[in-house]
Amino acid sequence: MKRAFLALALMLATPAAAVLPDEMLPDAAQEARARAISKDLRCVVCQNQSIDDSDAPLARDLRLLVREQIAKGKSDADVRDYVVQRYGNFVLLKPPVEGDTLLLWAGPFAILLLGAAGLIAWQRRAPVATPDSAPLSEAERAELDRLAGPHN
Amino acid sequence: MLAEIGHFALILSLLVALAQSVLPMLGAIRGDAALMAFGRSAAGLQALLIGLSFACLMTLFGQADFSVALVANHSALSQPLPYRLAATWGNHEGSMLLWVLVLSIYGAGIARFGDNLRATLQARILSVQAMISVAFLAFALFTSNPFARLFPVPLDGAELNPLLQDPGLVFHPPLLYLGYVGFSVTFSFAVAALLEGRADPAWARWMRPWVLAAWVPLTCGITLGSFWAYYELGWGGWWFWDPVENASFMPWLIGTALLHSAIVTEKRGSLAGWTILLAILAFSLSLIGTFLVRSGILTSVHAFAVDPKRGVFILAMIIGATGTALTLFAAKAPMLRSGALFGSVSRESGLTFNNLLLMALTAVVFLGTFYPVIMEAVAPTNKISVGPPYYNLVFAPLAAPLLILVTIGPMLAWKRDDLGALARKLLLPVAIIAVVLAGLALWTGLAKLSAALGLALGAWLIMGAVLVLVRRWRGAGGFSWRLVRTTPAATIGLVLAHAGLGFTTAGIAAMSAFSAEKILVMRPGETAAAGPVSVTMTGAEEVEGANYRALRAHFSVRQNGSTHGLVSERRLYTVSGSQTTEAGIGVSVLGNQYVAIGDVQQDARGQGLVVRIYWHPLVGWIWFGGLLMAMGGAASLSDRRFRIGAPQVRTPLAPNLVPAE
Repeated sequence: MKRAFLALALMLATPAAAVLPDEMLPDAAQEARARAISKDLRCVVCQNQSIDDSDAPLARDLRLLVREQIAKGKSDADVRDYVVQRYGNFVLLKPPVEGDTLLLWAGPFAILLLGAAGLIAWQRRAPVATPDSAPLSEAERAELDRLAGPHN
Repeated sequence: MLAEIGHFALILSLLVALAQSVLPMLGAIRGDAALMAFGRSAAGLQALLIGLSFACLMTLFGQADFSVALVANHSALSQPLPYRLAATWGNHEGSMLLWVLVLSIYGAGIARFGDNLRATLQARILSVQAMISVAFLAFALFTSNPFARLFPVPLDGAELNPLLQDPGLVFHPPLLYLGYVGFSVTFSFAVAALLEGRADPAWARWMRPWVLAAWVPLTCGITLGSFWAYYELGWGGWWFWDPVENASFMPWLIGTALLHSAIVTEKRGSLAGWTILLAILAFSLSLIGTFLVRSGILTSVHAFAVDPKRGVFILAMIIGATGTALTLFAAKAPMLRSGALFGSVSRESGLTFNNLLLMALTAVVFLGTFYPVIMEAVAPTNKISVGPPYYNLVFAPLAAPLLILVTIGPMLAWKRDDLGALARKLLLPVAIIAVVLAGLALWTGLAKLSAALGLALGAWLIMGAVLVLVRRWRGAGGFSWRLVRTTPAATIGLVLAHAGLGFTTAGIAAMSAFSAEKILVMRPGETAAAGPVSVTMTGAEEVEGANYRALRAHFSVRQNGSTHGLVSERRLYTVSGSQTTEAGIGVSVLGNQYVAIGDVQQDARGQGLVVRIYWHPLVGWIWFGGLLMAMGGAASLSDRRFRIGAPQVRTPLAPNLVPAE
């Protein structure tokens, strides 16, 4: 490679982009585990990136830490616990299910159930309210046509 | 001079908007036709003035007039002209101006194409629309004036963020704004209906084109944004559950719900209250989307302190608009006619469940986006993060039933259907999909069963869309060309949109299960493989661009016996010093080959370039699906029964109320 080329390459080299070849574990299975774990860990200085996606130096440190622990023979759960011990729950992109996060995990399903219950109640309340179940009476249809103009 | 003209036009438009927010409303209350007519002229005038103001700003950017602070801070002489012009909205102040411009264009649209609306309803809508204008114009003028001058005048400006110097990004924000701001119209429709105490089928029919007019560009904007992230950010992700993306996704989900509930209100007069509520929510979420995200509150609560005036203004606006509308809703909703009832197995029921599921999905995105902020406030010791693993886990089980329902819904009869008839209609489609699923499962194996399920869901959706056409064309008395020719545009819209959803689903399923990647150090002459893709680096060089220098690598890519070349670049923008990645992408129907280059690094065999090779199966289907959905919306919009402002000629063709297919 030419020298000018190399100079530009060095200028470009400042931020290291996400996972790099030099940090990978030689064992493919272990590396795959490291990648999977990294995808669930937040780069704590970034906005909303996992350490697997981030090019921040701190993310690289954490990636190396995860791989170091895996190389030592720790299980996935052990590695995660080890990182959480150092950085707190903040580092987990999938927050644990606990009292504080109950609404986060159950909220959407609660909305669905409440909505379904409301719908059933509304349908039960039924015939008394509106005995007329025709879609539009002739008068209403004429009114609609008059207001909306000709449709063709 | 131009800056002053633009500024002055903006001030005038605020005054016009102030008058428009009061007089037509007064006219509607008093039944004064002249006051109501004033609303129509004012809306047009407002659009002209803001258009003039925007044109001034754009010209200033075009002339590179660095005596205007905004121009100096966001464009440089070395930037190509199209990007200098696009820089007009590539910043806070300019994008605010674009926002009010779009708002005023929609307002003028209601004035121009709303001739067939009830006069009092139109007047009220225009007034509400003007109230929103007043708030935003005041915000722009008092906290984010785009025309502020700069002294001393610099010789050259600071560059626009290079990431934004891209054709995708030129159109992405205006499209999103068309969507966000479009929901201001439905918001105005909802508030006007509440003020009138009437939300009938005619109201829903008038509103539906405006929902579509917002939904179509929003769909395009989100699709384009996802595509841009894919090819520009350099690692081939297409959706990151980033707060900024979520901000556009929430109004889309609620807008989709609104689109469907408005059908029920239009056809059957039911769910009017619910439709109004969704219309209010869609706009609230659009406001939250554009502004809370922009204010930086999502990264930290304290970011608001950076510019407290703007933050407080934004918050007041969101609370004011949403709060007022919801209070009005609480007071007036009981007075709305509840409309016709429907059986628990009916088209209406199907659409209601569609709405419930979309609400639940919106809740997933909303909670995921805001929970960390809320936690920081209520339990500062237990800070949490919410990322893709949460969304993927909670979103999928709620999305799956919705996708299953999408194909069943159009088979249901309005008002009341019975389970036996439904079962008979479903028998063949379910059998076909069962066979497809079994075949896919055999091919993928148990480990990737979720991918088989996802692909089968995609097939289910596409088949469902085709069946809608088949049923329409066959009719009661067998196939006829007349039925083909008279297919309403709205039916074509449904078919395209639902099929699009199927393509997107299949693409997502394939991407999440079968994508392959390889990251390594390569030197010219070396070969590496990721999944079915084999890549050889053929050379590397340095190149000069208009306003950047780049490292460029050439690759020869082989797959299934065919070979072609790809080029990948890493650019250094000389003015700002920032870098971008231009990945080399080989596109095909079955998937994309994606090659990106990184730094120079050492490995066992010496120095080389870091290369990322990816195989992205069916990834193009994700955006193709989005495009189909948008086309479906556009087709629906062209349906003749919505043709707003069509000449009042009576032609004795075709039945007037087309079936809701």
